[in-house]
Amino acid sequence: MTTTEERPTEFVDNDQKPVGYGRMLRKEDPRFIRGLGHYCDDIQLPGMLHMAILRSPVAHARIVSVDTSAAEAHPKVKAVVTGATLAEKGLAWMPTLSNDVQAVLATDKVRFQGQEVAFVVAEDRYSARDALELIEVEYDILDPVIDSRKALDPGMPVIRDDLEGKTDNHCFDWETGDEVATNAVFESADIVVSQDIVYPRVHPAPMETCGCVADYERVAGKLTLWTTSQAPHAHRTVYALVSGLPEHKIRVIAPDIGGGFGNKVPIYPGYVCAIVASLVLGKPVKWMEDRSENLISTGFARDYIMRGEIAATKEGKILAIRTNVLADHGAFNGTAAPTKYPAGFFGVFTGSYDLEAAYCKMTAVYTNKAPGGVAYACSFRITEAVYLVERIVDCLAHQLEMDPAELRLKNFIKPEQFPYTTKTGWVYDSGEYETAMRLAMEMAGYQELRAEQAEKRARGELMGIGIAFFTEAVGAGPRKNMDILGLGMADGCELRIHPTGKAVVRLSCMSQGQGHETTFAQIVAEEIGIPPADIQVVNGDTDQTPFGLGTYGSRSTPVSGAAAALVARKVRDKAQIIASGMLEVSVVDLEWQKGSFNVKGDPSKSVTIQDIAMKAHGAGDLPEGLEGGLEAQICYNPENLTYPFGAYICVVDVDPGTAEVKVRRFVAVDDCGTRINPMIIEGQIHGGLTDGVGMALMEMIAFDEDGNCLGASLMDYLIPTALEVPDWETGHTVTPSPHHPIGAKGVGESATVGSPPAIVNAVVDALKPFGIRHADMPLTPSRVWDAMQGHPTPSV
Amino acid sequence: MQVSLTVNGEEVSEEIEGRLLLVHFLRDQLGLTGTHWGCDTSNCGACVVWMDGEPVKSCTVLAAMAGGRDVRTVEGLEQDGELDPVQQGFMECHGLQCGFCTPGMMMTARALLDRNPDPTEQEIREAISGQICRCTGYATIVRSIRWAATHESAVSIGSRP
Repeated sequence: MTTTEERPTEFVDNDQKPVGYGRMLRKEDPRFIRGLGHYCDDIQLPGMLHMAILRSPVAHARIVSVDTSAAEAHPKVKAVVTGATLAEKGLAWMPTLSNDVQAVLATDKVRFQGQEVAFVVAEDRYSARDALELIEVEYDILDPVIDSRKALDPGMPVIRDDLEGKTDNHCFDWETGDEVATNAVFESADIVVSQDIVYPRVHPAPMETCGCVADYERVAGKLTLWTTSQAPHAHRTVYALVSGLPEHKIRVIAPDIGGGFGNKVPIYPGYVCAIVASLVLGKPVKWMEDRSENLISTGFARDYIMRGEIAATKEGKILAIRTNVLADHGAFNGTAAPTKYPAGFFGVFTGSYDLEAAYCKMTAVYTNKAPGGVAYACSFRITEAVYLVERIVDCLAHQLEMDPAELRLKNFIKPEQFPYTTKTGWVYDSGEYETAMRLAMEMAGYQELRAEQAEKRARGELMGIGIAFFTEAVGAGPRKNMDILGLGMADGCELRIHPTGKAVVRLSCMSQGQGHETTFAQIVAEEIGIPPADIQVVNGDTDQTPFGLGTYGSRSTPVSGAAAALVARKVRDKAQIIASGMLEVSVVDLEWQKGSFNVKGDPSKSVTIQDIAMKAHGAGDLPEGLEGGLEAQICYNPENLTYPFGAYICVVDVDPGTAEVKVRRFVAVDDCGTRINPMIIEGQIHGGLTDGVGMALMEMIAFDEDGNCLGASLMDYLIPTALEVPDWETGHTVTPSPHHPIGAKGVGESATVGSPPAIVNAVVDALKPFGIRHADMPLTPSRVWDAMQGHPTPSV
Repeated sequence: MQVSLTVNGEEVSEEIEGRLLLVHFLRDQLGLTGTHWGCDTSNCGACVVWMDGEPVKSCTVLAAMAGGRDVRTVEGLEQDGELDPVQQGFMECHGLQCGFCTPGMMMTARALLDRNPDPTEQEIREAISGQICRCTGYATIVRSIRWAATHESAVSIGSRP
């Protein structure tokens, strides 16, 4: 449980702040800046044991034998468990969040480097590691399938021979849009531009790795699991289904989480192993990954090989977009996407433009790589979709010799067209695209930048200006068509006002640093008029919060935020009835001033929400038919997704001698509808822009031909430091969502989605003198150098 | 083996394994969990503490090597109920989100300000360039440290007894 009231709150001068929305310092910070955050690895329980996992050193092999005798003889080892042991209990396999299965511990084969083979439980973490070295595994090495482009070739080894009747590495096919109509538009278009585009495999790599402490109390028959989970309730249900433990005997607690970015949505074998260990040994068992384990085995992101095609008139009116995608899902389809959306929300690849037709065909394959796919602040694959459309629009601008800003302005969906149904069936709720674009251009000084670029080009200097405009679809989602493993994507919220007028709000979503304790207190404060400092926010504990699907895909504000506002209004409605009794007037004769009800036309006759709370719990009669107390609970089912958008402009300088890219400026204009706490919004944007620099210029999880992961440490997987990023320039417009109770849209992933194409477009623009129209990420100096020599490097 | 050292001004003497890392000694043995562990390779800096006044990455220092030294951790930043300006700056300027890198960042920031009370943005960026933050994008961390530089009132922990 994470609460806000148990720690000192000095310097949080909420008393001076307006009650409700606005810049407010975070309620969670006083504990973090003292080193008093409470993360998973901080938990120490009496008698706690430590678990470590033996992982496969090879990508594809049959397990011939596992000899654990030497490890078992280690004096500090309490248990050694293999896949064979788990198989006896029916626990060797578990469901993934995509309705596939994944091995908890390998029984027959290992299918990626880093796959879980056995685990050791010992008295301390060092001894557990020592004992791993004593386990002897004999592998019969098989040819690995590493290049997704060859995965479906005849004669390739079949990775998933555990699936009955499986004779190839095909995972799924998916399509959206109208193929016939789109082909017809392409056939008659003036201009068709086609480009192969790779979004390489990357990794969220949160600073805190994944882990858990499992504590099974035999007498009570109750399992408590402290875990790095972005979705505690969904995890609890899955554990109940897998373990056979009744759901009310499982308590999942997500303590403070050191960053998630989607990496902490899936259920990993390590969690299940720790649960098994605690069940068997009757002791608390801690498991924490090391950094290499996190990078090689947990949820990666992207890995899409795309062909983008765009059809337009010679005047630059975009008519249609067509794309063909090869998706690499690794050895198990462990992606966390709504059931009916195996490609996530990639369907929004039509972008922010008014098209006549669109079509996408996708094939997903299994390879001998770690499972995952939906992660790293991707809003369910919108990162890939936005990168595709914003890259291909720039390719069109290149072909037409047209300014990329002008081309976009010419093709935006107009404000009066909203709600706008795209050619792939998404209903965009609201947008003022041109306003945002023009603001970004004004902030950047776009025309001056182009003039500067022209001067520099004449001198042989390489300056690039990149534009990206994105529309996201966040806040999954309406339960009529969105679920994960059959669980509808709604979120509950409970609000209680105590007799003295202080409150506690309980959320089903779970912060990983986004500041929910602050934002949600502000949402409730705005509706009920109680200062945020007097509102305790509880999240991350399934025994203390209502059911809901958690925090990912920028869904907390769109879904749980709506729930918080609506539950507060429900409480306010009851408060109004109580107030009518206190003031002896009819309910309709009362008006709400934030924090009190007064008689219409006579402000002197008023009662505060605090007075009402005491009355609700106190002695004396309440209006007839009314129960005592002042609390409510709801479950919010979103009517639609919300569609935040933004205009990004990036300026880069490329060193002609070393090919190093320097991001000189980055202007980000975001529109996330109603803004609750501008400080927190800015922080979310800054973080995502930095992700974008990482993906565009530095980060990639690559593999050699044997399937060895080449990004297995932070020495090999490069993440931006303070020296690689500029001082961000942010701006905003406000276009509220018409269907959201407070008009808010999600914002957590906007910048991660929008920034990579802006940066790549800028680098490609800088390289225009070399005749370059496209180069694949990450644009490291060697790749940029290759591009400057006229032969861009193949991405994977 | 036995190791004796000073941690946040207090004498500590503990029985340890020779291979025990300082970060695990502080966290698991002394219960000072404000110092975090984030990688195995000295890249992330979540584990930065001071040893004799110099920031070190405690995941690559053996506890035994800290014998006889003066170790300072994030728990030692606040003195007598008074926050260090760096701590206050991180709150005021939203220099943290998940809070995991924050203790290491603040220890490096304090060390920077002790030797350079008025650092430029570039000097701050260089000082924290051995540390990774996945949440903030660094700009607010830079602002936080600048805030502390302009609000220095408390005596630095480096010069405290």
